[in-house]
Amino acid sequence: MLLSFYIQPASSRLISLGSVDITIISIYFAMVLAIGFYLKRQAETGEDFFLAGREMTAWIAGLSFLSANLGSLELMGWAAAAYQYGILATHWYWVGAIPAMLFLGIVMMPFYYISKTHSVPGYLKLRFGESSRALSAITFGFMTVLMSGINMYSMALVMKVVLGWDIHFSIWVSSLTVAVYVALGGLRSAIFNEVLQFVLIWAGALVIPIVGLIEAGGWDGMVARIAKNFPGQDFTHLWSTMGSFQDNPMGIHWTGIVLGLGWVISFGYWTTDFLVVQRVLAAKDLRAAKMAPVIGAAFKMMVPFIVILPGLLGLAVLPFPLMGEAEAVASGGHSYNEVLPIMLARYCGPGLLGLGITALIAGFMSGMAGNVSAFATVWTYDIYRALMKKDAADAHYVAMGRWCTILGVLVSIGTAYLVMEFKSIMDYVQALFSFFIAPLFGTVLLGMLWKRATPAGGFWGLLCGTLGSIAMWAWVKADPGAIAYIALSTHAKDMAENMYRALWSWLICVGVTVAVSYMTRPKPEAELTGLVYGCTEIPSEADMPLYKRPIFMAGIVGLVFLVLQVIFW
Amino acid sequence: MTGEHGSISIWFFTGILVLVFGVLILGAGIYSLSNPPEHPVVLHELHIDLWWGAVLTAAGAFYCWKFAPSRKE
Repeated sequence: MLLSFYIQPASSRLISLGSVDITIISIYFAMVLAIGFYLKRQAETGEDFFLAGREMTAWIAGLSFLSANLGSLELMGWAAAAYQYGILATHWYWVGAIPAMLFLGIVMMPFYYISKTHSVPGYLKLRFGESSRALSAITFGFMTVLMSGINMYSMALVMKVVLGWDIHFSIWVSSLTVAVYVALGGLRSAIFNEVLQFVLIWAGALVIPIVGLIEAGGWDGMVARIAKNFPGQDFTHLWSTMGSFQDNPMGIHWTGIVLGLGWVISFGYWTTDFLVVQRVLAAKDLRAAKMAPVIGAAFKMMVPFIVILPGLLGLAVLPFPLMGEAEAVASGGHSYNEVLPIMLARYCGPGLLGLGITALIAGFMSGMAGNVSAFATVWTYDIYRALMKKDAADAHYVAMGRWCTILGVLVSIGTAYLVMEFKSIMDYVQALFSFFIAPLFGTVLLGMLWKRATPAGGFWGLLCGTLGSIAMWAWVKADPGAIAYIALSTHAKDMAENMYRALWSWLICVGVTVAVSYMTRPKPEAELTGLVYGCTEIPSEADMPLYKRPIFMAGIVGLVFLVLQVIFW
Repeated sequence: MTGEHGSISIWFFTGILVLVFGVLILGAGIYSLSNPPEHPVVLHELHIDLWWGAVLTAAGAFYCWKFAPSRKE
């Protein structure tokens, strides 16, 4: 078999796959390609290719919305963070996601959906004009393919460490598979595969926490084992150790988590990052568009069960300690980053192991498909059509979408090879991506909720917020002592700096937008219809049964979220 | 809950894949009963592969039946 040709000697890998495992992985690849070929005939128009015909149900849009974010690096990275920091890592799934997802569904989605925009930069064009769209589209397109390449390289590295697969083989086979099925079937194919991948991720990853809890003696048994293995350290409380920077291993204060992560970063990502918002724009009607993020939030709340719990179980049951990457390389031990595959190998025999690895590959592919389909849309509609060729036929733009899907993947592959040569690029690009999210949230939020915001205010707020974020990052790079000013404490660590930098850049964006708006002439209200609160008639849900209303379901999800905070306080 | 017009539901594709994976995992579990592995996984005696394979097979078969193209109006 082709795959076995590329597999390296057993001594250099963490897991050995048998023939049944390789069969499972091969069948998965065949299925995603088959779906792409099957859906090709349904992707003939621009609406079909870029917005999946706007006919997705709330469930499909919601699962796809979540799946596009649920990459394998996310699974492995947060399992590693759970081993390192304990249950604190759950903040990125709960306070760092749920309020923002519910806010997107209930407050922001009506404006995105009613305006009939095809993208987030497209909304900025309608609300603030061409310059704001160009700024956000170019930065988004550029950063999306770069991030995609970095994720591709990181995934290939994981496959090399875990399975011994050749790094070039992993990069080319997985990325070309994604390129083929997205180029053929467009967003519909990406969404279909994301739903499939969502199911596989759960089917493959759920075994670990179930068997792990049996081995550890349930939740209480696990907590007792962790306390015995790591005396004096608290790995199992969410909030009680966040009163000061020194009391928790993340070196972060609760204000950083609530305001930086829970407010700016989370709301910025979940409400304005087109990678995820695009899935909801494909919903069949406004109710489905509002329900999709609510459904996504309900499932997001459960993801710690398959991501955080394996990390905690690693603390409880593994007979050897895991360590940082550098220490692991020096001592020949295992790093935190390997905790998920180590737990997979601990409980899963032939067949289940193949399913678990398929879940990791599925996670990678869903994340990458999200990146390239969003890139294709923003490039075609917000850059190519807006700035280069305004009046071409619809078929021309569909062809452009197909080609730039392939181009996006090739640029991502090129980035992956660049990162392989110059690894420090990874830190810079990840920092760059964070520069745009927080200010963009400020611009979109004011655009939707404040009709006095003017086109000049929107543009200058976005630009100044972004430049302010870059300046703060450069300041700390040049003078590490500056972290005391950015993150309000000399004890703050990198994570805290990111949180506070996001908060300040959001405030800069909002402040500049408000100031410039008061100095410039607002748009007439007639031009804001369908775009801004107070100028848009949102269809009433009064004739709908209570249990079918998105606001009611969001209330239930919000209540469960609060109860979980109290239980794990 | 299909999300497409006049075409095969995504849940049917999902059902096929889950069914096939379930059968393969169940088969591997049955094989390991008669040929115990040299290095068994932790809690091997629970035969998780048999249970999980059976669950996936049942769920996959149900989805294949429920969302079969022939059952569409």
